[in-house]
Amino acid sequence: MKSAVVQLPGLNRDRDMIAALTKISGRAPVTVWQTETEIPDVDLIVIPGGFSYGDYLRCGAIAARMPVMQAIKAKAEQGVRVLGVCNGFQILVEAGLLPGALMRNASLKFVCREVKLEVVNAETDFTRAYAKGQVIRSPVAHHDGNYFADAETLKAVEGNGQVVFRYAEGTNPNGSINDIAGVMNGKGNVLGMMPHPENLIEVAHGGSDGRGIFASALDVIAA
Amino acid sequence: MIKARVTVTLKNGVLDPQGKAIEGALGALGFDGIGQVRQGKVFDLQLETADKARAEAELKAMCEKLLANTVIENYSISLA
Repeated sequence: MKSAVVQLPGLNRDRDMIAALTKISGRAPVTVWQTETEIPDVDLIVIPGGFSYGDYLRCGAIAARMPVMQAIKAKAEQGVRVLGVCNGFQILVEAGLLPGALMRNASLKFVCREVKLEVVNAETDFTRAYAKGQVIRSPVAHHDGNYFADAETLKAVEGNGQVVFRYAEGTNPNGSINDIAGVMNGKGNVLGMMPHPENLIEVAHGGSDGRGIFASALDVIAA
Repeated sequence: MIKARVTVTLKNGVLDPQGKAIEGALGALGFDGIGQVRQGKVFDLQLETADKARAEAELKAMCEKLLANTVIENYSISLA
């Protein structure tokens, strides 16, 4: 499976993402710059983390209006898998590809630590490598990861199985409503998550709990 | 030229941790009787048109497309 990593000014987790995708799929992802209006033929598009446009206005707000996002929207509509991690998640909600919004952490502090994630939905393109209810470790590093959706949206998101990950065992680091750590769109091909699975994929990272997300999305699950 | 001010505020029911922190800080400074503090944003814009109706329409589009996240925020527009 071929993948692409989007690059925008201020994103700084792209190198980690490129390394993770290369190691797990065996081929380097193509990189796509923000001004590009066409995306090569790939199976997975990843928007990595960082601080696009310095988090000015609202996190992800300006990036979400760049030309490349129109191309990503078109690909998403065609069914191409799209994964947004951290700032990538913020960009996807700002672009309207995912429901809800990400607000300042309830503690008002930047959090950089490890949390536990419950795999709420294991029947998705991104989580087939896990079992439902499985608890995995994942690093987080963000200032604005406090997921919010109005009551009606929340009901729909919960009811449709769009909540993919929840912070588990009391590790919610940001005050997210219903402990939501990752949500997908109704069609199931776009996932956004605040935690950084790309930073826990091999022994050198101290574990490989995050590997399954990429293995699922890239269809490289060992039988 | 038209001068405009756009005010963006959080919708009711949306948690505002920054407003809460400010509320607490004001209380700590001895200002009592504060019911609630909500933090928002103000944008001052200068538009090169003299047509007020057009300016309002453009500002509304700017709010919808960029200045406000209408999932969590309301906006209001005033022309000087």
